[in-house]
Amino acid sequence: MILMMLAVMIGCAAMEQATTVATVVGEATGTISRQQGESIRRSTKAVAKSLEDFTPEQEYYIGRTVGAVVLTKYRPLNDDRANTYLNTMGQTLARVSDMPELFAGYHFLVLDSDDINAFATPGGHVFITRGLIRCCRTEDELAAVVAHEIGHIQLKHGMSAIKKARRTEALSVLVREGAKSFGTNEIAQLSDAFGGVITDITNTMINNGYSRSYEYQADAAALSIMKRLNYNPHALIDMLGVMAKQIKPGGTDFAKTHPSPQKRIAALKNNVQSAGETETPDVRKSRFTKAMGHLL
Amino acid sequence: MFRHRFLIICLVLLGVFLLNTVADAQKSMTVQVQEGQLRATPSHFGKITAKIFYGDGVTVLEEKGDWKRVSVADGKGQGWLHGSALTSKRTILKAGRSQAGTSVSQDEIALAGKGFSEEVEKEYRKSNANLDYAWINRMETIRISPRQMENFIEDGRLVLRGEGGRP
Repeated sequence: MILMMLAVMIGCAAMEQATTVATVVGEATGTISRQQGESIRRSTKAVAKSLEDFTPEQEYYIGRTVGAVVLTKYRPLNDDRANTYLNTMGQTLARVSDMPELFAGYHFLVLDSDDINAFATPGGHVFITRGLIRCCRTEDELAAVVAHEIGHIQLKHGMSAIKKARRTEALSVLVREGAKSFGTNEIAQLSDAFGGVITDITNTMINNGYSRSYEYQADAAALSIMKRLNYNPHALIDMLGVMAKQIKPGGTDFAKTHPSPQKRIAALKNNVQSAGETETPDVRKSRFTKAMGHLL
Repeated sequence: MFRHRFLIICLVLLGVFLLNTVADAQKSMTVQVQEGQLRATPSHFGKITAKIFYGDGVTVLEEKGDWKRVSVADGKGQGWLHGSALTSKRTILKAGRSQAGTSVSQDEIALAGKGFSEEVEKEYRKSNANLDYAWINRMETIRISPRQMENFIEDGRLVLRGEGGRP
């Protein structure tokens, strides 16, 4: 009764602490036995732990391996000029996103492929293909692409691809009572659980695509990130217009994993003012051409 | 007799609840980025006053939008940082790091050092030799300084209208 009242009063977060206090008091006053108290404490702790998420450090390690899987499908473009420009722009955009701080920050890389594709791992690794860069005629249009990927990270779309059963499985190894230092067996179990998590994320990200609503959410996030730096938000629509002409139906890239550019444009129309007011200044056009022109 | 005990329990619990509320007002939080910078102003481009590391405990002194002015628990300094670098969860604490200013059980510390870590990645790579981490490592070394970002904004005639959600 007391426990229930307390739970309602102070919420789930403090449940474990409240239970500990309540059981200690209960034991001291003799209303419950020491054994009962211990049992309540243990089960509450297990529940509290199972509700917890992966830590940012774990997201980082998940992200590294998701990135390594992406790189089995696509070759990186070893081009300092393009990658430095992409990182300068990307890290500046990330600073104004809702999640400017990640465990190990944001990092960007161009992929040497004609596919129209991009990936963002939970660890902050963002990959963009040459094919997608070719859909961009200005810096503002490339900023729209990059901001969309940052949107996926800030909305934790990658982590949400992990199946619930897998999450429980992974966390149960982590919270096993008394596992103060993990032996070879536990490391092997954790490695299996890790593999499962990677499969869930890469299957969704590379093969099946996120739900359509996630893509629209990432587009909306991209708009707000762009506005905070005074980029022309209409550039997202312009880029999608070019993509609509270049995308090959039946392809295994954005053609398969994203809503059609036309549908994305339709969803954006109400949120974006006409282009005229905020044209891309020449200075941005010229530095874009200088850094990316040879890839177009 | 039973009623008397019941009353004592209720009073003690109420007291604990009120104490918790007072403690919450001081807001102890934990750093959840590998390495972060405290700054003189609430901006990513403010002057760096101190460095903080994953698992460091901080006390929140002041808030401005999504930015928080904090002091590091072991007196290393104080300054502003973005709220996304902090968590109110305690279990992310890492073994071997400074735990000053926070009280965590051995279980929590032990748990925090575990999980999907470098050790697990190493184990996973043994059975997935086709994965190449060389470029992952390489892209992680690409650093852009605040000065480079400021120049990028200025040269490109961009305007910093707000950082990290709200200005």
